Amino acid sequence: MRLLYTWICILITVGAAAAGDVFIALAMRRIGDLGELSHMKGVGAAILRVLSSGTFLSGIAFMAIAFFSNLMGLSWADLSLMGPATASLTFLANALGAKFFLGEDVDRRRWLATIFVCAGVILIARS
Amino acid sequence: MTLRKYLVILSVVIFSPAGDAFLARGMKQVGAIDVHHLLHLIAAVANPWIILGIASLMAGMASYATALSFADLTYVLPATAFGYVNMVLIAHFWLGEHISLVRWAGIVLIVMGVGVVARGPSRTGETGVAVAASSAQEEGE
Repeated sequence: MRLLYTWICILITVGAAAAGDVFIALAMRRIGDLGELSHMKGVGAAILRVLSSGTFLSGIAFMAIAFFSNLMGLSWADLSLMGPATASLTFLANALGAKFFLGEDVDRRRWLATIFVCAGVILIARS
Repeated sequence: MTLRKYLVILSVVIFSPAGDAFLARGMKQVGAIDVHHLLHLIAAVANPWIILGIASLMAGMASYATALSFADLTYVLPATAFGYVNMVLIAHFWLGEHISLVRWAGIVLIVMGVGVVARGPSRTGETGVAVAASSAQEEGE
């Protein structure tokens, strides 16, 4: 039962983290290079610009869901299972999100990488 | 990619796994949380290790957001993948978790996967075409 709860936590963490990543990436893409922005207008203005973005805050809300789900999972399972499993499955979900929602060029090489990552996750989960 | 940009990515690799390790240490002190007492999860946030973990994750998050301001999501994630290796090393040497050979093999595969993907332009997509072209030019120099 504990294993089932762990995997439910992993799936919730992955879904919420991927949604969070896509929203945050979209917000940061629209805002532009923070280094240049803080150089031109100051660090305070750059931070304010990020924190006033609704898209960024939506991403943070999803990240908060992922955080608590991850915390819950950590109370049942080892970090060496939870950490890599959630991180690499999130990588797969992110590749799909980046392709369909952010218009990034997710080419054959990036999909090959995804297969490596998924194989890695299966090995981690079986041990 | 300038030195500043590499340092931003390095910060993600250091702070994020350290944050996870602090959280794991904290949750081991708190103990397993019963599904019928989910509010205990809120109480866990008062644990000093959890607080340290949250602070470290916030530093990692700030670096991560900064990285996303100049590079693709599918570039930043692989580039910061060595954080997973750090995390397993911390889990093994500091938290005393047993890492089996099969689990190590899994980690190696993940790192190989992200290594494959990292060798491309840092920015693509609708607003990133020009940046992708310029970073490809940078690589050629």
